[in-house]
Amino acid sequence: MSVQEKVRIPARRSPRTKAVLSEGKRQERRLGWLLCAPAAIVMVAVTAYPIIYSVWLSLQRYDLKFPDQKEFVGLANYATVLSNGYWWSAFGVTALITVISVTAELVLGMGLALIMHKTVVGRGLVRTSALIPYGIVTVVAAFSWRYAWTPGTGYLANLVTPDGAPLTERAGALAIIVLAEIWKTTPFMALLLMAGLALVPDDLLKAASMDGASWWQRFTKVMLPVMKPAVLVALLFRTLDAFRVFDNIYVLTAGANETSSVSMIAYNNLMKGLNLGIGSTMSVLIFLTVAIIAFIFVKLFGTAAPGSDDGTRR
Amino acid sequence: MADIVLDKVSKKYPDGTVAVHDVDLEIADGEFIILVGPSGCGKSTTLNMIAGLEDISSGELRIGGERVNDRAPKDRDIAMVFQSYALYPNMTVRENMAFPLRLAKMDRKVVDEKVGEAARVLELTDYLDRRPANLSGGQRQRVAMGRAIVRSPKAFLMDEPLSNLDAKLRVQMRTQVSRLQKQLGTTTVYVTHDQTEAMTLGDRVVVMRGGYIQQVGDPQTLYDQPRNLFVAGFIGSPAMNFLPAEAEESLLRTPLGDLPLTDRLRASLARTGPAGGARQLIVGVRPEHFEDAALVEDSQRPKGFEFTAPVDLVESMGSDKYVYFTVEGQRASAADLEDLAADAGGADLPPQDSLVTRLSAESRVRGGADAKVWMNLDKLHLFDPSDGRNITLTEDKPGAHAD
Ligand SMILES: Nc1ncnc2c1ncn2[C@@H]1O[C@H](COP(=O)(O)OP(=O)(O)O)[C@@H](O)[C@H]1O
Ligand SMILES: [Mg+2]
Repeated sequence: MSVQEKVRIPARRSPRTKAVLSEGKRQERRLGWLLCAPAAIVMVAVTAYPIIYSVWLSLQRYDLKFPDQKEFVGLANYATVLSNGYWWSAFGVTALITVISVTAELVLGMGLALIMHKTVVGRGLVRTSALIPYGIVTVVAAFSWRYAWTPGTGYLANLVTPDGAPLTERAGALAIIVLAEIWKTTPFMALLLMAGLALVPDDLLKAASMDGASWWQRFTKVMLPVMKPAVLVALLFRTLDAFRVFDNIYVLTAGANETSSVSMIAYNNLMKGLNLGIGSTMSVLIFLTVAIIAFIFVKLFGTAAPGSDDGTRR
Repeated sequence: MADIVLDKVSKKYPDGTVAVHDVDLEIADGEFIILVGPSGCGKSTTLNMIAGLEDISSGELRIGGERVNDRAPKDRDIAMVFQSYALYPNMTVRENMAFPLRLAKMDRKVVDEKVGEAARVLELTDYLDRRPANLSGGQRQRVAMGRAIVRSPKAFLMDEPLSNLDAKLRVQMRTQVSRLQKQLGTTTVYVTHDQTEAMTLGDRVVVMRGGYIQQVGDPQTLYDQPRNLFVAGFIGSPAMNFLPAEAEESLLRTPLGDLPLTDRLRASLARTGPAGGARQLIVGVRPEHFEDAALVEDSQRPKGFEFTAPVDLVESMGSDKYVYFTVEGQRASAADLEDLAADAGGADLPPQDSLVTRLSAESRVRGGADAKVWMNLDKLHLFDPSDGRNITLTEDKPGAHAD
């Protein structure tokens, strides 16, 4: 371990190197900032401002139906939301959808990625057809799922549940929501994982074969560890995305039978209830949850951009 | 340990490329054999077929007397070293070397022992807990070797294992590989495109070109008795000089002058072609078969031919001098020579219109002046330009002997 540390030290930028930067280096750095500036300014304008404004709104009692009662209330809105059963029910639903759909997408996406990676004949066709679901607008896809499951007229409803109405009961509706999510985003997962598969050198797999590894051992002991950065990035993206699930629920159940996600009830409070204070509080809580998830991924699992891991990190 | 036999082995890739044609090769138990040839000649394909990483399209592969065509790599008990080293980046050096043993479900204590022993032999003991990313190229290469030797497999296959090292390290590792192989006595097939490596390492060398074996033999035989233009030009550095020639009744017209036909050459010509009439040939002479005419002993003089030519460049190597002469006239041309020229990396071919000679260090020749040079006619090779065949070889199957 100590040897490893020693080797890594020069690669890190220690604070002291800043002082000895040469003139050329400093100019280079200034140019770097200048080149980043336009993008940074746009980012601040379109993301930082709304976030800060939301936080500000979340600290006030502010209901557009009763505009006169606007008042700064500190964290009172947070207490209200966090002690509310609906919020926690929606939170549970969201977590459930996230965990199940991301897990299923990972497994299916990996399978799909392996197939696409190995296919030699008609590679383009296979990839294109696998990506079709991802290319369809979510709302459109959600409507097609809704019609498919509508009792009497939908082909899936007739086929699977001839005498029930799955979208009108909680478990059935959640299952269909998860299914729609998986169908829609597995291709995206597969695409990210395929980028990871490309990182695994052929020689490494050949070496493992020579060393006596079976297919499964090659997959678990060589491929997965090498493509771990790509897997983590894919999981991170998908988890963050899945946690904000909205369109599918909006179209399929509109949140009936306790199938609302957190985004759904935040929307209901903001847009239907016109309660800017509570709605913003929920948005901020969603933002915080997503940030915590991202933080866990980056800090605990060491998620980095694919390829940037030099193998020194565990 | 085991012998390896390739019996009319061919490889046709799905896209129709035939990378290896009917290769016949018998590798004895414990032998160190080298596959050499320009890049794309089918060396790796041959090796991968022995390893089981590529299917054999036709023919039979036997290891230790058993047909193994349809066996998976892991059931052939062969270890392989790759040019890229193919070390598992997520494992330490220790884990890398232990990997094949762990897969074989070997007892933990035995694994530790074997890895420790291999690390000692390869001087890797201090690096066992590092990851490959934190090793130098030479160390990585040794780890790759270590992973191969811990298993005591039936054979080692190595695909250009030293190509990624710098020149100095390559020479060092070359001797280490050679010593290790002698020590272990394990049958080894070693692929390289570097003829120096081939000449210095192997018990026997297999020269390949375009998927065909050109010649098999020990390094000295390949050097002294190349079977064709390709082998002659590929083996040796600096490469053999080739000159166009026309054989007449008693002399050989070349850009250097008219060479007398010695009995040996006359016999070769008579054996291989119709008598009488002019015949197009290519003359091949190695650089060391020239000498400064002033330094040739009188007893030697009649065996050779003297000519005068303008000196282009003198490179003094200390032990001797490389002297480049300009030669007027046509260049030798043949399909084999074009192949060699295309593979500039494999053979150090001189520019076609210059003659490379290796003269004694005492020679006084200077660049820009004319010099009188003696050429040993006994060592001269004659090649048939139409098929590249060396017609001066006396045996029917030169260099095909096995040890
Ligand atoms: N997977 C493949 N598909 C089709 N052709 C291939 C494949 N691998 C190698 N070849 C071709 O086979 C020939 C021999 O390749 P290879 O054995 O790798 O050569 P070498 O190792 O001697 O440089 C080359 O012409 C190469 O283009
Ligand atoms: Mg090769």
